[in-house]
Amino acid sequence: MDISRRTFIKAAAGGAVGVSALGFDLRPAQAAVRQLKIRNATEYRTVCPYCAVGCGTIAYVHGSGGLNTRNTVIHVEGDPDSPINGGTLCPKGASQMELAISPRLRHQPLLRRAGAADWEEVDWDTAMDWFARKFKDSRDASFRERDDAGRVVNRADGIAWVGSATVSNEDAYLITKTMRAMGLVYIDHQARI
Amino acid sequence: MASLAATFGRGAMTNHWKDIKNTDVILVMGANPAENHPCGFKWAVEARDDRGAKLLTIDPRFTRTSAVADRHMQIRPGSDIAVLGGLIRYALENDLHHADYVRAHTNATFVVGEEYGFADGLFAGFDEAASNYDKTAWDYERGPDGYVRRDPSLEHPRSVFQLLKQHYDRYTPEVVADIAGCTADEFLQMAEIICSTGRADRVGTIMYAVGWTMHTVGSQIIRTAAILQLLLGNIGRPGGGINALRGHANVQGATDHAIVAGILPGYLKVPTPPQTSLAAHLRDSTPRPLVADTVNYWGNYPKFYVSQMKAWFGEHATPENDFAYHHLAKQDGDATWLTIWDKAREGTLEGFVALGFNPLLAGPDVPRLLDSMSKLKWKVVIDPFMLDSAEFWKAPGMDPAAIDTEVLYLPSSHWIERDGSFTNSGRWAQWKEKAVDPPIGVQPDTWILSELFWRVKELYQAEGGAWNDAIQQLTWDYLNPREPTMVELAKEINGYDRTTGRLLSSFGELADDGTTTSGNWIYTGSYTEAGNQMQRRGTADPTGLGMHHDWAFSWPANRRVLYNRASADAEGRPWDQSRAGIAWNGREWIGDVPDYGRTTPPDAAGAFIMTEEGVARLFSSHLADGPFSEHYEPVESPSPNALHDNVAVNPVIRWYDGVRESLANGDDDYPYACTIYRVVEREHFVTSNVPLLVEAMPDFFVELPEGLAAEKGIPNGSQVRVWSKRGEVQGTAIVTKRIKPLRVNGRVVWTVGIPVHWGFVGITQGSMANLLTPFIGDANTRCPEFKSFLVNVERA
Repeated sequence: MDISRRTFIKAAAGGAVGVSALGFDLRPAQAAVRQLKIRNATEYRTVCPYCAVGCGTIAYVHGSGGLNTRNTVIHVEGDPDSPINGGTLCPKGASQMELAISPRLRHQPLLRRAGAADWEEVDWDTAMDWFARKFKDSRDASFRERDDAGRVVNRADGIAWVGSATVSNEDAYLITKTMRAMGLVYIDHQARI
Repeated sequence: MASLAATFGRGAMTNHWKDIKNTDVILVMGANPAENHPCGFKWAVEARDDRGAKLLTIDPRFTRTSAVADRHMQIRPGSDIAVLGGLIRYALENDLHHADYVRAHTNATFVVGEEYGFADGLFAGFDEAASNYDKTAWDYERGPDGYVRRDPSLEHPRSVFQLLKQHYDRYTPEVVADIAGCTADEFLQMAEIICSTGRADRVGTIMYAVGWTMHTVGSQIIRTAAILQLLLGNIGRPGGGINALRGHANVQGATDHAIVAGILPGYLKVPTPPQTSLAAHLRDSTPRPLVADTVNYWGNYPKFYVSQMKAWFGEHATPENDFAYHHLAKQDGDATWLTIWDKAREGTLEGFVALGFNPLLAGPDVPRLLDSMSKLKWKVVIDPFMLDSAEFWKAPGMDPAAIDTEVLYLPSSHWIERDGSFTNSGRWAQWKEKAVDPPIGVQPDTWILSELFWRVKELYQAEGGAWNDAIQQLTWDYLNPREPTMVELAKEINGYDRTTGRLLSSFGELADDGTTTSGNWIYTGSYTEAGNQMQRRGTADPTGLGMHHDWAFSWPANRRVLYNRASADAEGRPWDQSRAGIAWNGREWIGDVPDYGRTTPPDAAGAFIMTEEGVARLFSSHLADGPFSEHYEPVESPSPNALHDNVAVNPVIRWYDGVRESLANGDDDYPYACTIYRVVEREHFVTSNVPLLVEAMPDFFVELPEGLAAEKGIPNGSQVRVWSKRGEVQGTAIVTKRIKPLRVNGRVVWTVGIPVHWGFVGITQGSMANLLTPFIGDANTRCPEFKSFLVNVERA
């Protein structure tokens, strides 16, 4: 029987493994300890969000997945199968659950008007209409079909897009594809800084 | 990365994290991986503990990496080229270079034209008025067959080998010591260990990071290291390489997918106005072979470009309209970070969108950035957390009533709430699973981007406006057009055979006639008919070298070590059988996925398939500031240039308006060198939202050498003020033995260290380090000179 470290711990905590597999009886010990909190969690394999080492991590999630419920991350740890980190994590990686559920995460679009001293709350529909209107107006105002030499340039010089080195490849690709189609050339991200 | 492409043909970390365990000598310079890449650094520790590898650090500070190193040498910020140039000289002078490797796999044998020369700090071809070089002065000499003339004896006085020797001959141990502030003895002890790897049975690696890129000579620092590694025969080999340790989780992937000025996905080029047709763009962008025996893989550029346009514009990209050539903007001049802020300062940039990015704290010269930001009409910040950049109008000292910029903040979802792939520093694209849904009130980046796209597109349909065919015709055939899935996008990136609808398995299948699509050719093979290759989790390691070909997908073509053809000699025999990258068995190459045709015989072509030379470039005309590197001082330096003070700083850097006036000019008001850095408990700025990490590293501080603190009457733990000509910071003094005084050109130089992680919005607030830094960048990448500038210090 092939027992990895994790299946051993889960099995031991659940009391599913008896004398025959391990050679001794875990039941008395089990009676004295609490159940591991990850016992009923679902595992998701993900990657640490901080640096570019790319440590494999496992997120443990609680919840039934029911329509009127929300699942929650209860624990994140290094993935022992990853050839990169072999289950280890640094102080940042080890505390990434605090990043995932930080009380400082925002849930509300905000708009700051010209000269205002503070934000006002706006709904998503208003926010996206505002964004699209500004984007189009600046694109129209700055767009050049031809340069002074009469050559086609089809360029919008009035808008810059920056970021991000924190999004997935797929989102990064879609950002480039969309912004290049919009005619932007001022496009950059954290690689330079 | 510009310098790696200029040397080897590709701009990426050559090897990968686990491969570092295979090395004999690790030089860490311009990086501090024990602090900033701890779980990758453990492979360096493993090499040291298991193989007896030597671990060396060269740095302005005694870092956490130095603490576990065999040897550390302290140098002055900005003196790296002098040290590395000295190592090149030491290897050549003592005949420690790997001669067979150099002859087989580099352009040492190439003969350079008569016009080339170097005198008084300037290479041939310098145009003083334009502040740039006419690079034709660096051309190779051609033979009667039109190809470059080569001299296998390496004795031709204009062979690259002889020119190299001559160029670096000035970097004697004494000159190195004078410029860097180390002693000649310290340097020689380092040199002996580093240059011990110039043999077939030994191999060394270099680990660097932004400590090298963030200088006005950043690209040339890396070039110097690349030249050294080529001379020692360390490129392409397991345990070797020049390993760029990248910062953010997906900074490699975001670069590959070109959220970068001047390039398109897969390192294709953004067209320019003089390229008035597709043919002109392809002609300028497709290199022609310089020798007969080169694969010259970039010769396939037209296939990559046309396939990308087919992915983006589908049936609207036809041979008749040059495959939608004019659907993309033509870029005129530089469009990178500093230029973007210069345009804002000029008032020509109206709108600015920052996604997952905190530009204000990123710097440089925060007072200038605040002024520039205040001139924008509007700004949108998209991030899971509130950022200093979104609240720049209430930064310390700002008057909101005087700032008319409108700002929209959109809360977006986290990495753990999304699937998709991250590409690590070692080019491994790893798929991550979505663990939970975003909280109510939060939207994914994909949704925000799609909504923006559709709403702009619909505004154009409703009311017209500037030319917008490219927007109307952009391929958007996703099942839910308002939120494409990561799988749909990953497949689009990989590409299809348009005739059969089959996902492609290799970029070798791409065509330039419109019959194939590929969003990014270097990722072709990452999502094939066999499934999502980035999601693979096989842990087998048959080579024992940690290549793990069944784990995730490594671009290009699942190759684990770039340039691995150079891990074998001219006949295809591995330099070291115990650490074979690939080996020729008479019929095919075995081992890693070969960086060469699988059945191409070893003598058919040069080892470096991405260069038009077929070999790696010791001499390269691909950078703006010289075919070899040269020591120039930082724009703010505590010392004259000991080699040529009439050309003290890099002569081809771009001086933006008002920058000269913002620099200290060698006066005594700013006598101390300063450098900024990062600590393990923090990552840039996002960790200011993580309570445990803020508790572990709560407050901004200033790292001061003991002697300087004593001289200035600054006790450990007291408040200290540090100012440059641009701004000032204040924080707790950490008086340390980790930075010693250095004797530079006969004068004592003190160095001050400042961490970068604080702003005015986090759980704890602290001075922004970039209040101090200069608005100037590298001659090639325009990466700002964050790592070396001048300050003054006093007790607050």
